[in-house]
Amino acid sequence: MSTRTLEVSLGTATLDPLGNVITAPLGVQLPAYPAPQDDLGGEHMLINIGPQHPATHGVLRLVVELDGETVIRVVPHIGYLHSGFEKLGEYRHYNQIIPLTDRTDYLSPMANNVCLALAAEKLMGITITERCAVLRVIACEMSRIISHIVWLGTTGIDLGAFTPFLWSFYQRERIYNLQEAWTGARLTTSMTRIGGLMADIPDGFETGLRDFCRTFPKVLQEVDTMFTRNAIWCGRTQGVGPLSAEDAINYSLSGPMLRASGVDYDVRKDRPYLGYETYDFDVPVGEHGDIYDRYRVRLEEMTQSTRILEQALDRLERLRGAPINVADPRLILPPKSRAMSDMEAMIFHFKQVMEGVRAPVGEAYLGVENPKGELGYYFVSDGSAKPVRWRIRPPSFLNLAVLPKLCEGVLLSDVIAINASIDIVMGEIDR
Amino acid sequence: MGEATVSPSVAALRTRFGGAILRHQVSCGDTIVYVPAARAHEILAWLKDDPGQRFNYLTDITAVEYRDAERPLEVVWQLRSLARKADLRLKVELDKTAPLVVDSVFDLWKGADWLEREVFDMFGISFTGHPDLRRILMWETYAEGFPLRKDFPLRGHFSRAEQTRQALAANPEAHYSLEELSIAAAYDELPADMKDRLAHGERGRVK
Repeated sequence: MSTRTLEVSLGTATLDPLGNVITAPLGVQLPAYPAPQDDLGGEHMLINIGPQHPATHGVLRLVVELDGETVIRVVPHIGYLHSGFEKLGEYRHYNQIIPLTDRTDYLSPMANNVCLALAAEKLMGITITERCAVLRVIACEMSRIISHIVWLGTTGIDLGAFTPFLWSFYQRERIYNLQEAWTGARLTTSMTRIGGLMADIPDGFETGLRDFCRTFPKVLQEVDTMFTRNAIWCGRTQGVGPLSAEDAINYSLSGPMLRASGVDYDVRKDRPYLGYETYDFDVPVGEHGDIYDRYRVRLEEMTQSTRILEQALDRLERLRGAPINVADPRLILPPKSRAMSDMEAMIFHFKQVMEGVRAPVGEAYLGVENPKGELGYYFVSDGSAKPVRWRIRPPSFLNLAVLPKLCEGVLLSDVIAINASIDIVMGEIDR
Repeated sequence: MGEATVSPSVAALRTRFGGAILRHQVSCGDTIVYVPAARAHEILAWLKDDPGQRFNYLTDITAVEYRDAERPLEVVWQLRSLARKADLRLKVELDKTAPLVVDSVFDLWKGADWLEREVFDMFGISFTGHPDLRRILMWETYAEGFPLRKDFPLRGHFSRAEQTRQALAANPEAHYSLEELSIAAAYDELPADMKDRLAHGERGRVK
């Protein structure tokens, strides 16, 4: 059983003895802002940000009511990327839904694929093979790293730092190369199947991933050196957009947003799936729930993901040559050569492609710890090969709903920083 | 699935609410409890605050419509107790011939805000007591109905030509909802005909 870190030891003291948040040690005492009605006559201004604005990370539209430069109110508008995925899912076989999941949270497609397969397997009562579980863990943790690292780069840009964007996208490219070698795609991976995987990892994958795990922590250290004690970074993030633990729970937040507020809830620890309880990793938890803590939590999660990847690679060596798919011809397509030469294999191939895999009558909800938070898929089946209802519990959607509360009374530029810290992806919010 | 996997909360609910717990079932290890729509809010509040239950985390709110048109619509609350690491699913069945209304749980969980708006948007179920029940994923002037209902065709009710015509005829001013205009105190300055249009139809009140 692994240990759990209850709090991240912060490199910078963020509270003074009286419990007030210390902002950036810039050494400059700014004078108080003049009352805004002095020059504006008490009139509020309405500003529209987005939907096509680079700082909204997609097609989010914010209507901001301003009193001078102070935000009175933010009204988010979503739906510009609505694609009706849940409706489309009702018209598809379970395996055919997997490509739809690539396109929801498109920053971590492999983790979505894994969640869908797990939810469908829970519905159908399938137990996957050990090697498949280890490979799926690798897919989830690779996704976590690329998602967090894109967050780091883009948030840096939102706050005026360009350098980490280049560092992080270089590292993301290395994972993408591995992902491409495995699944054939950089984004539309569709790498799981109900009961197994689309393909085993190719030759050289393990070496490549080990090489990544060896060198990646050094990059994280560079980011840590650059940011964690950086006066500008601290000034823009510490004490900005704080959220208490009670509020974080009440708003149904999940993932790094929840943990940064001091709630040590991680689906991998508390409702383990894929054998996560057998891996040794820690869950970083923040204290203040501000942007700075969200940054610290995500940075630490990448280190922990690297640890999990190394353990998973060790297990893969022991499981070399083990099957990745369950031995059930009703679930798994036969190899093409057999389907072309063996009558029975051809029948199974035909039945699967034409009729799909039938699920028993019932319903199942399964949540996994995605990079953005708890992604849940809820299937309701009436016994046919297509679900009656496929509900996506989108973590970004629920995390974004707290934005109006976080933005009350902050400055306009902080709205951009707070929005970035939530780590939204509009494909998942709008679905 | 045997009776052994039933959540212990079911027995506690039956003790507390008796006949208001219509039935329960276990599917794939998840316990589902059916309650009447009129009592749902009261039962959810009890589950949230009772020291033995502490279902303090609202995982999800959604709705289900079955392909069998005879079956009622279901509203689903997925609850979780972070401290007890327990889950419970509560369901309410709504007769499709009656108005689709349940009580909002916004007063219990702020997270219900957007979830209820989405259920309203996609299924047309109203939540009494929700402070701002508007469409959320579809635009406010969307007039084709409720997309996740089974009587809604995959390609929509309107023809592609009609959808294009409506998109081209859309009034960009309508993208500023009544609410936003009022927070900017600009509503009073609008021309009378636009106020009239905002008040009738163009704000997405289907039917």
